[in-house]
Amino acid sequence: MRSKDFGVIPGLSKKYPKETSLELFRRMCAIRYFEQGVIESVQAKYIDYLVYLSSGQEAIAAAMSVALQGFMIFAQHRCHGTYLAFGGTPAKLRDELLGMDTGTSRGRAGSNCVQCHENEVAMFGHHGLIGENVPLGVGAALGSNKPVVCFFGDGAAEEDYVFAAMGFAVTHRLPVIFVCEDNNLSILTKVDIRRSWSITHVARALGMPAVDITDDPWTILETAGQFKNTLPAFINIYTCRANWHAGVGVDGPPEWDRLSMVREELEKMGLSSQSEKIEKDIIAEMEKLWDKKHLQKL
Amino acid sequence: MGQKTLAETIKEITSDHLEQHNGLLLGESISAVGWVNNTVPNVKGIVELPMTDVAGAGIAVGAALVGRRPIFVIRFQDFLILNGSPLIFFAAKTKELHGKSAPVFVRAIASDGLGPVHSGVLHSIFMHFPGFRVCSPMTPNEYREIWETYMKNDDPMICSEHRLSYPNTQELSDITVENAHVTLYAISCTRFEAAKAVESLKIDGIRCNLVNILWLKPFDITDRLIQPLKESKLGLVIDPGHEIAGAARSIAYELNFAAECSVKALGLEDRTKCLCPPYKNMAPNAEIICKTVKEMLKKGE
Ligand SMILES: [Mg+2]
Repeated sequence: MRSKDFGVIPGLSKKYPKETSLELFRRMCAIRYFEQGVIESVQAKYIDYLVYLSSGQEAIAAAMSVALQGFMIFAQHRCHGTYLAFGGTPAKLRDELLGMDTGTSRGRAGSNCVQCHENEVAMFGHHGLIGENVPLGVGAALGSNKPVVCFFGDGAAEEDYVFAAMGFAVTHRLPVIFVCEDNNLSILTKVDIRRSWSITHVARALGMPAVDITDDPWTILETAGQFKNTLPAFINIYTCRANWHAGVGVDGPPEWDRLSMVREELEKMGLSSQSEKIEKDIIAEMEKLWDKKHLQKL
Repeated sequence: MGQKTLAETIKEITSDHLEQHNGLLLGESISAVGWVNNTVPNVKGIVELPMTDVAGAGIAVGAALVGRRPIFVIRFQDFLILNGSPLIFFAAKTKELHGKSAPVFVRAIASDGLGPVHSGVLHSIFMHFPGFRVCSPMTPNEYREIWETYMKNDDPMICSEHRLSYPNTQELSDITVENAHVTLYAISCTRFEAAKAVESLKIDGIRCNLVNILWLKPFDITDRLIQPLKESKLGLVIDPGHEIAGAARSIAYELNFAAECSVKALGLEDRTKCLCPPYKNMAPNAEIICKTVKEMLKKGE
């Protein structure tokens, strides 16, 4: 089942305007290079606690942020990517990670609890209890009747309250899209060791459209675009965490690196000069943001 | 005659909230068996939750996040062990962490004599965690007061109700007497029993002050609370929850230090509340309160 090509719709990248494809890449780069700065700041001990990195999984946040404009966001604990892709200000996330008053939650929440209530983004902070955001998001949809996206991992998908909340969304026909960022790991334990069932089958049995796909951003964009008209709905997305569950360590190369794959696809589409410029500009922006000389002064 | 019971008062407040203020009320089996002891009106804005305790509480908190001021009804406080997670870990923390509140009003209903998981009084657990207001109103006016406090603030509130109080129409006043031997501080349903104990002890020549405790958290040591104790020099805090690490001991400790007087705690014995009569481990009644007071006075001689 799980693979880098699973459910990919061939030739889909060409269906979208090139600006959209480049924007997907830009958002993915913003996450990757922002977190490069986080990793170096942890190594240099400017950040002296465990961080939860989105690197490797960037395509989901990038594509969903393009597909789901105007949705209230209930992110999971691994949420830097969601924050940055949906339009959070990078400097405020940096300040949050540094525990500063100018951070997204005045430096009180930290890496796994990021919120954003500006730039027309309504992203509610997670507190670190996996899956907790799913009933909260469902309740927010019930209370406001506004569309909601809930992100959670393959581990959180196993929490009883997650699928109980999904069932409630079906009963009350709530406008919620449930997105499982399936990196096949709960800390280090793989899905097939933990369970014999599929959360996608559970979602379907509850009565909502549900599908497994891989984290090809165009496929995510296409699927979310279709599903957002038939909410509630569920998308399980295979993806690869590049770093440890918590912390900046690495356990060898990931199964695939979607950022490189998207870069190659853009090259095939004849967009390499534009994509190279995007990447270069983001690198420069993030290096400036995480400049050690600047950090020392903060 | 003509006075409203506490149950009717709750129903009236709820009706106004749902019909006039875009409120919501969520809970399990709300309409079944008499609309939660006739405290819930049959109006719009009621959400019947499936029997999913943890998710149900999360859904209520989510509705609070978007400004619906939900009333979350828990028919038996023991279920708070299941419902507690979204309340404790999210609703009570979000204001401090994110500056964004989730004001959910939790109607946590207690009973007695209904067995091991339907007779608990768990408000002390919620006193323990930061971020809640915790109260235990037993009269119509007290309920109006705590509701107003909830609506004026943006904190999640644990309203520890007791089924024994629902028919009550009377306001409960403190009792202070000259040269009291002891000051009783009573919480929740034990307030009715403490009032009986005061009368009974009087017959035996023991003079008692009785102070009613409505607010468990924040617990402000006001003159009303502390003055009777300073005069009697001896206090007893009575709570229907378990005594060990419970509300009675916590409040006794605070009073103890504030007044520099000896204050004892009386709660449930450290054993399960069984369904069958000899093993019910019921909340302290007038008889137990009297016995405890007499033992305290004997020791003090
Ligand atoms: Mg995982």
